Amino acid sequence: MTADLALIWPELILTIGGLITLMLGTFFGDRAVGLYQLAAMLTLAIAAAAVVTMFGTDATVFSGTLSVDSFGGFSKLLIYAASFVCLFVAPRFFKDGMRAEYPALIIFAALGMGIMASARDLMTLYVGLELNSLAAYVLASFMRTDDRSSEAGLKYFVLGALASGILLYGISLLYGFTGTTDFAGVATAMGGELNIGLIFGIVFVIAGLAFKISAVPFHMWTPDVYEGAPTPVTAFFATAPKVAAMALLTRVVVDAMGPAVGAWQQILIFLALASIILGAVGAIGQKNIKRLLAYSSINNVGYMLIGLAAGTQQGVEGVLTYLLVYVVTTVGAFLVVLQFRDADGNQVESIPALAGLSQRRPGLAGAFAVFLFSLAGIPPLFGFWPKYLVFEAAVTANLVPLAVAGIVASVIGAYYYIAIIKTMFFDDKSETEFPAGGGVVVEDAVITASALWLSVVGYLFIPALAALSASAAGALF
Amino acid sequence: MSGLPILSLMLAVPTVAAIACVFASDRNARFIALGATLIDFALGLMMWARFDVGGAQWQFQELHEGLFGRFNYALGIDGMALMLIMLSVFLMPLCILASWESITKRVGLYMAMFLIMEVVMLGVFAAQDLLLFYIFFEAGLIPMYFIIGIWGGANRKYAAFKFFLYTLLGSVLMLIAMIAMIGEAGTTDIPTLLVYNFPPEMQTWLWLAFFASLAVKMPMWPVHTWLPDAHVQAPTAGSMILAGVLLKMGSYGFIRFMMPMFPEASAQFMWIVFALSMIAVVYTSLVALVQSDMKKLIAYSSVAHMAIVTAGLYALNQQGIEGALIIMLSHGVVSAALFFCVGVIYDRLHTREIDRYGGLAVNMPAYALFFMLFTMASIGLPGTSGFVGEFLSLAGIYEASSTVAFVCTTGIILGAAYMLYLYRRVVFGELTKDDVKAMPDLNPREWAILAPLAAVALWMGVYPESFLAPMRGDVTTVVARLAPAKPAGDAHLAAGKPKPASAAHGEAHHAGGVQ
Repeated sequence: MTADLALIWPELILTIGGLITLMLGTFFGDRAVGLYQLAAMLTLAIAAAAVVTMFGTDATVFSGTLSVDSFGGFSKLLIYAASFVCLFVAPRFFKDGMRAEYPALIIFAALGMGIMASARDLMTLYVGLELNSLAAYVLASFMRTDDRSSEAGLKYFVLGALASGILLYGISLLYGFTGTTDFAGVATAMGGELNIGLIFGIVFVIAGLAFKISAVPFHMWTPDVYEGAPTPVTAFFATAPKVAAMALLTRVVVDAMGPAVGAWQQILIFLALASIILGAVGAIGQKNIKRLLAYSSINNVGYMLIGLAAGTQQGVEGVLTYLLVYVVTTVGAFLVVLQFRDADGNQVESIPALAGLSQRRPGLAGAFAVFLFSLAGIPPLFGFWPKYLVFEAAVTANLVPLAVAGIVASVIGAYYYIAIIKTMFFDDKSETEFPAGGGVVVEDAVITASALWLSVVGYLFIPALAALSASAAGALF
Repeated sequence: MSGLPILSLMLAVPTVAAIACVFASDRNARFIALGATLIDFALGLMMWARFDVGGAQWQFQELHEGLFGRFNYALGIDGMALMLIMLSVFLMPLCILASWESITKRVGLYMAMFLIMEVVMLGVFAAQDLLLFYIFFEAGLIPMYFIIGIWGGANRKYAAFKFFLYTLLGSVLMLIAMIAMIGEAGTTDIPTLLVYNFPPEMQTWLWLAFFASLAVKMPMWPVHTWLPDAHVQAPTAGSMILAGVLLKMGSYGFIRFMMPMFPEASAQFMWIVFALSMIAVVYTSLVALVQSDMKKLIAYSSVAHMAIVTAGLYALNQQGIEGALIIMLSHGVVSAALFFCVGVIYDRLHTREIDRYGGLAVNMPAYALFFMLFTMASIGLPGTSGFVGEFLSLAGIYEASSTVAFVCTTGIILGAAYMLYLYRRVVFGELTKDDVKAMPDLNPREWAILAPLAAVALWMGVYPESFLAPMRGDVTTVVARLAPAKPAGDAHLAAGKPKPASAAHGEAHHAGGVQ
């Protein structure tokens, strides 16, 4: 037991840090919110450092319910980094003062996500997922006085509860037909004959998790929640929980359902294609940049699922690389969206208002163009590389029709990305002014650095990325 | 090859200059861009001078293994690539000069986009790694999208979208084929893949995927419809580089990848290429005949010329391929020049309507002379570059199929028709319109652009050996690679027997002909 505790340092640090942040909030109220923010960021940084020092450990703790391996480590680093940035940018957004709960909620969400990424038991899976979800529901409706934010929170909660129900039902079926909640035990049972109960269990579990990664047809909440939630929270939703849920789904299908690959592969293929196509088509008519990025995230999840559908280590490596590049791109894109402010300092979310942005804020428009081209996967931007990896995995796994369908649909996706670039670069200036002032130097630096990395510089990191993702994916196979 | 990494240097110079241009003032950006492209041209000349004709197939090779993990930074050129690189670096400074006065807004970004375009073009022709090639190939979309979309004509946004999506849809299928090839052969190294024997069954699919991509880029009928839109809307220099070099990426892909890598499939699908080329030559020439917009006319003539290139390449013999390569170079120079000729008068009158002009020979004699020269070169008059390429390629096509040669030759006649008709309407006739009368003749800058283009067009027409010599060995290699699969042509050419000297004078011309 004590030995187990030594292996879950990141989780312990987050728990303690989160509790301290909450306690401080109780004592000092909203006045000292900067302090809590700092404490929370520090907590995340220390937890990330703990993950780094433990990288390469391969163990299971608490009677095999949680695993400590490089796959979890990789996911956790991404999750913590994304949470860190979303915490950092928040105060500027909440002009009338950020409330004390925000840092604590982010910390608890990150804790839940870390558990999701390391779960190797259906029960820990559920606990992690709910810990994250409950924090997320509150975060979505964090602007209490804003109708859209409240609506987003409510919608997220109702649909999330439904998805949890579906997931739990699947879990109970799996438990009922295998007699265990342990991933390895479930996998052993799957190795035998697949009966109808197991198949139903697989379907329901994957459906419940598909809600979390917002894969079509379980994506309905995504555009509304992304649009309504405060922008830093949207940035958070678009990155960290995606990583956690994708890691969780990967672990479930590979570790728990590995032998039944034929059963889940077809589900994933359907989810992948449906997400890619609907994510692309749905985005075309959008006028709100946050809704558009929501569809873009649905679309990108589809590509990750192509890699996962291959069901090979190569595919999982592709998924992990994809996640990393996707997080960098999305964080960058949302940081840019946060800087879209008119002369009164109000957020601008309408796409037509961005017309001619390249003449008012050339640097910002240029960086956004890099992120969008990268999300579309147009070389030489680095967003091309993870797409290449997942397609390669699909082709190697003899899923050529899937790869062809996916890549052809990517052209539809390219349409709406270049449509925004058209608005920013080709159209005449709109009436909205985008004063340059008020930018935080660090924010600009993060945008610049990620835009640079996503342009050709990223290619130099391929060997490092490949080694990292191979070590992480290797932990599962 | 040790010593100066000249290809990397040629990529680095415009890259650095592009970054500098973004931050420079308008005036400085123009000079930076001109300087960088001239440096690249000088480097290109140096490379050509040091190129060992008849030496190793691949020269100036650079390899940094593992720099990108899964694929390599591998550059190197053979004679074909050398010639296309020369074409690119030759046209670039002229494009910059052509935009000197006509581009007034966001000059820094414009110059940066052109310089990135140059990097992309050189990268495509110099890449020796399949993925590196693909990245460069696809990367060309972004700068061209901006060039058309920001500095184009009235309908520029539509044209930019169409260009981007059309060519993207084509090229993504090629990526899947490349992944399959890399999986099968286990390498991304192009020289290795060139001699790898893919199973014939697989070749069929790979060929079709590559064809889908390259036919759009080329463009071949019926996927050429993006080209007239893109050309008409693009700024003058954009059209020059699009017609001059970007279209050549498609035909370069044919000869670099499809023919030597999939010889069986190439022989199998010869008929598709021939059929599409024949339709393209006749159809687009007829369409060109009825255009009222000068740029559109030249755009359609580009499609017709590229169709002769594809037919020549797929004759699968030495003359056909050499001829096609010369047309590629010649069309690169001549169509760029023609687009600039249109640009010259567009800058003065701001219209491309043919009917708005007339009688330019009177007040713009120098312009009329240059325009005449390039019109003739486009038609393929002996002594100009067009003749050499068209004659060689048609001779090659004739060896493969006399029907195809017959149909393609009508393209030459139709070409003469639409070009001369254009020339008559614009340059000859009465000088009646007042605003046309007020147009001044060429200024020194325009002279500086047209004179080198004219010199090269004549050089290529009078002494094509300078351009053919570096490529001959590479063509022989491709032909040898294709030989086992190549079907026999319908023209059974054989050396004729001369008749005795005493034979009747009237029958002499039968000797040595077709039997």
